[in-house]
Amino acid sequence: MAGKSKAILINERDNVATAIVSLTGGSTVSLEVQGRKEKIKLLSSIPMGHKFALRKIETGEDVIKYGEPIGQTTAPISRGEHVHVHNVVSHRGRKEGA
Amino acid sequence: MKFQGYRRPNGKAGVRNHVLVIPSVVCSQGAAEAITRNLKGAVYLPNVFGCAQVGADREQTKRTLVGFGTNPNVFAVLVVGNGCENLPAKEIAEAILPSRKRVEFIEIQDVGGTRKTIAKGKKILKEMLADAAALPREPIPLSELIMATECGGSDYTSGLASNPALGAASDLQVEAGGTVILSETTELIGAEHLLAKRARTPEIGKQVLDRIAWWEKEAIATGQDIRGANPAPGNIAGGITTLEEKSLGCIYKGGTTTLEEVIQYAFPPAKKGLILMDTPGHDIDQLTGMMAGGAQIAVFTTGRGTPTGSPIAPVIKITGNAETYRKMKDNIDLNVSQVIQGKETVKEAGKRIFEEVIAVASGKLSKAEKLGQRDFCIFKIGLNF
Repeated sequence: MAGKSKAILINERDNVATAIVSLTGGSTVSLEVQGRKEKIKLLSSIPMGHKFALRKIETGEDVIKYGEPIGQTTAPISRGEHVHVHNVVSHRGRKEGA
Repeated sequence: MKFQGYRRPNGKAGVRNHVLVIPSVVCSQGAAEAITRNLKGAVYLPNVFGCAQVGADREQTKRTLVGFGTNPNVFAVLVVGNGCENLPAKEIAEAILPSRKRVEFIEIQDVGGTRKTIAKGKKILKEMLADAAALPREPIPLSELIMATECGGSDYTSGLASNPALGAASDLQVEAGGTVILSETTELIGAEHLLAKRARTPEIGKQVLDRIAWWEKEAIATGQDIRGANPAPGNIAGGITTLEEKSLGCIYKGGTTTLEEVIQYAFPPAKKGLILMDTPGHDIDQLTGMMAGGAQIAVFTTGRGTPTGSPIAPVIKITGNAETYRKMKDNIDLNVSQVIQGKETVKEAGKRIFEEVIAVASGKLSKAEKLGQRDFCIFKIGLNF
């Protein structure tokens, strides 16, 4: 796990990263994504421990963390946008459409 | 590798030497508490069930209470009943007897009221405590240790630091020939395929998937949304979005070894190595189930912080959240937040946890024990009638 970055990317398949300090909207985070150094501009504040998108994720697409799907998006998510309960839904343990 | 433990007459080994008072029913819980009051080394179970239960529900309560009695951390047992309950004190005492430790039972109706029951109970306990004090610790191989694992009050640090570090400790415990129990089936939802792949046989892998499917079906059958309970509001505030995300972080604590067996709630493992016990995600329900299954020690990771402890076993608390450690130092034993900052590897943190497990198994008190935190809650599977 990277020492100096303000965010952690756990698995190279992930399309989100986790902030390990509170990050302010408009600031830029440097991260190594699939071997490339990338700078991601945050579209809003990201509280410590919360996730932001590494690339655009379309509606209904899987959000990937730990290299595995953790839920599907309910709206298109832009690169640098906060990814959480307001735009991601889980389909496990409940009725479809509930 | 060895720890300093207590050898029991049936050959098993404990890490503590408690004298345990078991109220067979909620009605005798008050007397049980009063009997243990001011007697050092004596503990009681705050049991709120034991009457008006039938079938599998009654069996589960009985099996859990008996499992606490037979747990090798317990030197001797006094069962206290009221007298008219449908889970009688005598039935529990008789089921503990095969463990060959001293077991007695008394009933409030038979002895003649609470005061006489307390006096009689205290007299029996003082004898048991004197005998317990005479038993020395001796070196016991780690292969005889069953380590329960658990996570509660999770946040983003659980999946990044404390659970992977506990996983590394779990691997060391299995390498030493010992046993590790993974539980909280509902918190495997979304990660079950990863665990099923690691099963010793395809049948064991299928059991993992079947148990998850059962829990998911039960959740759906209630007509409610599982998300109302899991992830919990604190999990969400801590950055966990969905149950799958929580599960994927959660599963790390079982390490990377082969899954040897799937067992039902409060049953003892028949195998050594990594075991899955089918329990709810409820922290105390699952801790109680693993202790009833014979675990002598638990390692509990937390992000948000939790005070959890057991009446009969040390519960070592680990956090990967530096702020939680600073705020809740009196509850939390080890801080592994350096993993997130890249200052300690997961393996190094795992080795620290494993060393703490051996120290605590050998007598060092966990923070929860120092605080006298003794949580007990049986996973209820039926109505009281």
